[in-house]
Amino acid sequence: MSDTKTNERPLVEVKHLKEYFPINVGLFRSKPLKAVDDVSFSIRKGETLGLVGESGCGKTTVGRTILNLYKPTSGEIWYDGKLIKTKADIEEFRTKATMVFQDPYSSLNPRMTVEDIIGEPLDVHKMYKTKEERHERILELMGHVGLNSEHAARYAHEFSGGQRQRIGIARSLAVNPEFIVCDEPVSALDVSIQAQVINMFDELQEKLGLTYLFIAHDLLVVRHISDRIAVMYLGKMVELADANEIYSHPLHPYSKSLMSAVPVPDPKIARANQRIVLSGDIPSPLNAPSGCPFRTRCQYATPACAEAMPDFKEVSKNHFVACHRVAEINQ
Amino acid sequence: MALLEVRDLHTSFFTDAGEVKAVNGVSFNLDYGKVLGVVGESGSGKSVTAYSVMQILASSGKIVKGSIKYDGRELVNAGEDVMKTIRGNKISIIFQDPMTSLNPTYTIGKQLMEAIMLHTDRDKKQAWDRAVEMLRLVNVNEPEKRMKQYPFEFSGGMRQRVMIAMALACEPDILIADEPTTALDVTIQAQILELMKDIQKKLGMAIILITHDLGVVAQMCDEVIVMYAGSVCEQGTADEIFYNSRHEYTKGLLRSIPTADSDGSRLKPITGTPIDLLNMPKGCPFAPRCEHAMRICLKERPDRLQINADHQANCWMNNAEAVRAAGEAGLDVTAVREDETEGGEKHE
Ligand SMILES: Nc1ncnc2c1ncn2[C@@H]1O[C@H](COP(=O)(O)OP(=O)(O)O)[C@@H](O)[C@H]1O
Ligand SMILES: Nc1ncnc2c1ncn2[C@@H]1O[C@H](COP(=O)(O)OP(=O)(O)O)[C@@H](O)[C@H]1O
Ligand code: SF4
Ligand code: SF4
Ligand SMILES: [Mg+2]
Ligand SMILES: [Mg+2]
Repeated sequence: MSDTKTNERPLVEVKHLKEYFPINVGLFRSKPLKAVDDVSFSIRKGETLGLVGESGCGKTTVGRTILNLYKPTSGEIWYDGKLIKTKADIEEFRTKATMVFQDPYSSLNPRMTVEDIIGEPLDVHKMYKTKEERHERILELMGHVGLNSEHAARYAHEFSGGQRQRIGIARSLAVNPEFIVCDEPVSALDVSIQAQVINMFDELQEKLGLTYLFIAHDLLVVRHISDRIAVMYLGKMVELADANEIYSHPLHPYSKSLMSAVPVPDPKIARANQRIVLSGDIPSPLNAPSGCPFRTRCQYATPACAEAMPDFKEVSKNHFVACHRVAEINQ
Repeated sequence: MALLEVRDLHTSFFTDAGEVKAVNGVSFNLDYGKVLGVVGESGSGKSVTAYSVMQILASSGKIVKGSIKYDGRELVNAGEDVMKTIRGNKISIIFQDPMTSLNPTYTIGKQLMEAIMLHTDRDKKQAWDRAVEMLRLVNVNEPEKRMKQYPFEFSGGMRQRVMIAMALACEPDILIADEPTTALDVTIQAQILELMKDIQKKLGMAIILITHDLGVVAQMCDEVIVMYAGSVCEQGTADEIFYNSRHEYTKGLLRSIPTADSDGSRLKPITGTPIDLLNMPKGCPFAPRCEHAMRICLKERPDRLQINADHQANCWMNNAEAVRAAGEAGLDVTAVREDETEGGEKHE
């Protein structure tokens, strides 16, 4: 959460990552859907990097590709100073990096007991010697997420959304990960329950020294939990900066409209808020505009914006933006 | 007389497991030109309240008590013939997922025209013109071309615009919007909310906006009802609810939301899990999760108390007199110890 807690060394480095999905557009023709298109960033040890953007912009794909759940089309993932390349690298990486999913309803097998759900990764990675050791470890993991031992023999379907999310997190923690991709882990939960789970993520990070890539579309949640925030649009990263900085002084035209659109739970502020309402919809990634992906909705677009994709540049210390006109717009 | 007056509405579902008291005494007034927000966590009875007003409940559901008056006219037990003249004409509803209310096999134009012809005596040509006009009103570009397209050719935000166009085609007095932007991205949500405000200014209708997002309420609503477990906890102007909350659930909800101030510290969640409607506690429904619960809260349901002209709350904390009187009448009203409220917190 705070800068002091994180150290400068990157734990995860993503370099020019591309993930293209072939999509059939005719009987014999296929076209690449550029879900992630040349994205680079790094995450420091102990840090939480928030990842935001409209649905379909590629957030989940970034998360899954980093974990090698999808094979990258091109680009490199470095972990702890080492390039993840061979099958053995990937195997080893999988014991250090895991994922927590959005939907606590579909991601857990309702016919398995809590004990077996959490125990499964322990079995797969042969992480115990005796049955007792396995049981002890499961109880320890349940304790981490605020479940008590009575829950162990119950089935997933007996639990509410918030509780299921706790079970899912305990399962992810089973392999002793250092890095967790959290893909919209609180989006399906009610506000009051959401706050419980967010606190749990914070506490686990402190206790276990975890590093998070935290994907969410609720910007108030992301600002709260993240040290830095990255904004994606149509497969590209358009801005990356310190969480408070990007929330209060976004520089990219898309981030500006995104931040201004956040419904603030305070009537006086909300009424006074000058929202930048975008016209039109996000284009399909199969027909992404040439040049800057945002130009079809950008009020500052010029013909030059259609020519070339703007570079992702550091415009002030630790603040990266991909916009040809960033300087003029923010004078 | 208000445009819509709901009094002591009780709606239940009669299921194999028993009577689910989904709505338990909801009352409110709604006037022309106002936006009334209904907030509360999922399962708190927001949709069932709306469906009761429209009388579109599932067959196991029934309004068991209370009154719903539209323009002075009682709707409860008024019969299907009366409701047919109300639904779509006087009161319209849009839902969270527009796909469930659009037929995927018909063009958008055909569906709009059918809705228009059902409720007015326009002929085909006039209905076409009206449909195009409505699409233009909700900022759909190239409306003539869009009329000939199918729902799958529309994005989520665009479909919700079509639903709004359809709901407004007969210029209803009241638009009920049940989580209209919950499935949409924030920038699209901002478009739809702005559109609803604009149209309301133009047409002057009243809106009931159901949402679980207090940010949306703050942005849109004049008045607010906060629901918990089928009951109203608190209601009043938006400013009163946000700046002078008088119910522990509302306070807890507001504290749960991350703000600039909560940055770098822990959030303050409401403990425990939501209530089971089949096992409602006797007293205040929020008591099992309330950190200020008193004994009286476990025994007696708090009445609706007028806080000021713009604000009512159902919480014993506001009623020192009643608590004292109960004490004198021999009821133990002292605060409940921590470990005793824990019972309600037991997960599942
Ligand atoms: N397995 C897949 N095959 C084909 N297309 C995919 C696949 N996964 C995602 N996509 C597409 O890639 C784009 C990015 O998707 P996703 O990463 O899920 O976005 P987000 O998580 O930001 O909503 C979308 O257009 C989506 O339809
Ligand atoms: N058809 C039904 N049969 C039985 N119970 C129902 C039915 N519809 C809704 N309910 C119950 O009524 C309660 C209120 O539901 P609802 O109004 O949909 O909540 P909200 O809209 O606030 O999320 C819930 O507990 C729900 O389970
Ligand atoms: S590069 Fe051009 S189109 Fe893209 S955000 Fe900047 S000004 Fe807008
Ligand atoms: S009535 Fe009692 S239990 Fe209910 S909210 Fe007020 S203090 Fe809490
Ligand atoms: Mg996703
Ligand atoms: Mg609902």
